[in-house]
Amino acid sequence: MDNLQLKKYANEVRKGIVTSTHAAKAGHPGGSLSAADVFTYLYFEEMNIDPKDPEKADRDRFVLSKGHTAPGLYAALANRGYFPVEDLTTLRKLGSYLQGHPNMHIPGVDMASGSLGQGISAAVGMALGAKLDGKDYRVYTLLGDGEIQEGQVWEAAMFAGFRKLDNLVVIVDNNGLQIDGPVDKVCSPYPIADKFKAFNFNVVEIDAHDFDQIRSAFKNARETKGMPTCIVLHSVKGKGVSFMENNADWHGKAPNDEEYAKAMEDLAKIDAELA
Amino acid sequence: MADVKKIATRESYGNALKDLAEEFPNLVVLDADLAGATKTGIFKKAYPDRHIDCGIAESNMMGIAAGLSLSGKIPFASSFAMFAAGRAFEQVRNSIGYPHLNVKIGATHAGLTVGEDGASHQCNEDIALMRTIPGMVVMCPSDDIEAKACVRAALEHVGPVYIRFGRAAVPVINDKPDYKFEIGKGQIVREGKDVTIVATGIMVDSAIQAAEKLAADGIDAEVINICTIKPLDKDIIVNSAKKTGKVVTCEEHSVIGGLGSAVCDALAEEYPVKVKKIGMQDVFGESGSASDLLKKYGLDGEGVYKQVKEFV
Repeated sequence: MDNLQLKKYANEVRKGIVTSTHAAKAGHPGGSLSAADVFTYLYFEEMNIDPKDPEKADRDRFVLSKGHTAPGLYAALANRGYFPVEDLTTLRKLGSYLQGHPNMHIPGVDMASGSLGQGISAAVGMALGAKLDGKDYRVYTLLGDGEIQEGQVWEAAMFAGFRKLDNLVVIVDNNGLQIDGPVDKVCSPYPIADKFKAFNFNVVEIDAHDFDQIRSAFKNARETKGMPTCIVLHSVKGKGVSFMENNADWHGKAPNDEEYAKAMEDLAKIDAELA
Repeated sequence: MADVKKIATRESYGNALKDLAEEFPNLVVLDADLAGATKTGIFKKAYPDRHIDCGIAESNMMGIAAGLSLSGKIPFASSFAMFAAGRAFEQVRNSIGYPHLNVKIGATHAGLTVGEDGASHQCNEDIALMRTIPGMVVMCPSDDIEAKACVRAALEHVGPVYIRFGRAAVPVINDKPDYKFEIGKGQIVREGKDVTIVATGIMVDSAIQAAEKLAADGIDAEVINICTIKPLDKDIIVNSAKKTGKVVTCEEHSVIGGLGSAVCDALAEEYPVKVKKIGMQDVFGESGSASDLLKKYGLDGEGVYKQVKEFV
C-alpha cells in the first residue's frame, strides 16, 4: 500500500478516535492520535492478519500495552473491517463491546490490557510460544513512554533480550507527555533507546508520522535476527488535531461538541490535502 | 505417627508435572529462580526444553504465562505463594483472570509451615486474594495423593487455576481405594453428629487427629476435607451443619478471607449456625520449625482439639 493510501486510512483512524471519545464523553484521544499512524501501518500493511478470521492460527499478534489508547486501536480495527465503524460511537457505553480498555470480547483484540506494564509481558509470552513451536508468526506491542516507568517493562525486556526473541517488536510511543505532565519532569525515562540497547534490543528511532520511516523501521525489525527490536516513535501527542497537539490536558479528556466540530474540521483539511 | 508415610505437597507437584508431561504435550512449566524449592526442577530435569526460568521477576512470569496460553500452551507458573499470589496479584487478576486464560499457578511454600524463613515468606493471605478473582479455581490439597490429583484436574480444566502447596512433609491420608478427586467436591473423611470440622490442606490431618481425641471425650466430630475452596462445595457443608448445628473451620491461613470466610459466606446465606474459625488470627507468623509453629499457633492436632472442645 502506498503512503498516500496509508495517510488516508490514518486520517480515518483519527476521525474514529475523535468521534468515539466525543460520543463517550471520555477516553484518551492524545496518545491514540500520536499512535494513529503506527496503528494504521500495523493493521493495513505490516501484520499477517485476516479481519474475517480474527483468531486465525499462526496470525501475527498485537498487544496494546498502553491499553488506554483503545480508541486508536478500535478505530484501526473498525476501518480494517473487524467490526462496523458506526459502532465506534458506542465506546465506553453500558452494554457496548467496546470497553474502555481492550478485552477478549472485541474482534481482533489478542490480549486484554490497560494496567500499564503488563501487555509487554504477554507479548513476550506469545513470541516465546511461537519460538517453542517453531512457528514464524510475529508479535507486536505498543507501549507509552510514561508506561516504561513501570518496572515490569524491564523485567519483560530483560527476558526478551536474553531469549533473543527476534519475532518480537516493542514499539514505544515517545510523545513526551503523561497525565501529570512532560515525562522528563515527572520521572524521566530517558535515554529510552540506550536503555533498550542495554537490554540487548536492536533499536530504531523514527519520526512516528513519516510512513517511509515507519516502513523502513519494520523492515529493519524483520531483517534483524537474534535479538528483539524496539522502535522508538518520536511522536506528537494529539497529532492531527491542532488544539490537542503537544498538550498533556488531552491525555484523558474527551472533546465537547464545539471541540469535536473543530477537530473534525482539522481532519477534513487533511483529507482535502490528501485528495 | 512414625510409621506414617510423609511427603511435602510441593514434592508431589514436581512429580505430577513430570508424570503428566507426556499426556499433556502442551504443558510448559515456568519458574522464577526457585525450581529447586518449588520442585519444578524435577520436571526440568526430565523436560529441559519445556521448563522456562523467568528469573526473579514474578510479575513478568505471570504475563509470559498469559502470552504462552494465548499461543496454545498450558503453562504452570510456579513460585512461592507470597510472590505468586502476593507480589503478582494484579498481574494474575488483569493478565490471567480478566481474560480468563488457561493458566495454572502452582504456588508452593504457602502458610506458616514455611517455617524458619519467617513471616516475610509465610503467605497466609493467598487463598483470600485468589478467591476474589472471578473465574479462578482455588485448590489446597491435603496430601501427596490429593496434590497430584489437583495437578491433573487443573490440566483437564479449561481456565485459570490456583493450587496451594506446602513446604513441609505431611502424612499421606487419602490412600483409600474409594478416593476420587473432583474440582468443587468436598469429602467427608469422618462422620459425626456433634460438631462439623471443615478443614483444608495440611489442616485436614490436624482435624482428623483432633476428632480422634474428641471421640475419647464423647464428642462425635464430623470432618470434611475441602480441597477446592472455590468453587466451594456448599451442599456438603450445609448438610453437615444441619446435622451438627456447629461448625469449626481449620486452615493454615488467615481467618480473614480464607476457608473460614468462604464457609461463613455459604452458611450465612443458606443455614446460619455458630462458626469457630481456626487459623492465623490476624497476625504475622515468625521463624521456627514447622511443627513448633503449628503448635504455637494452635494449628496442630492438639491445638485444634482444644479449640473445638472449648467451642462445643
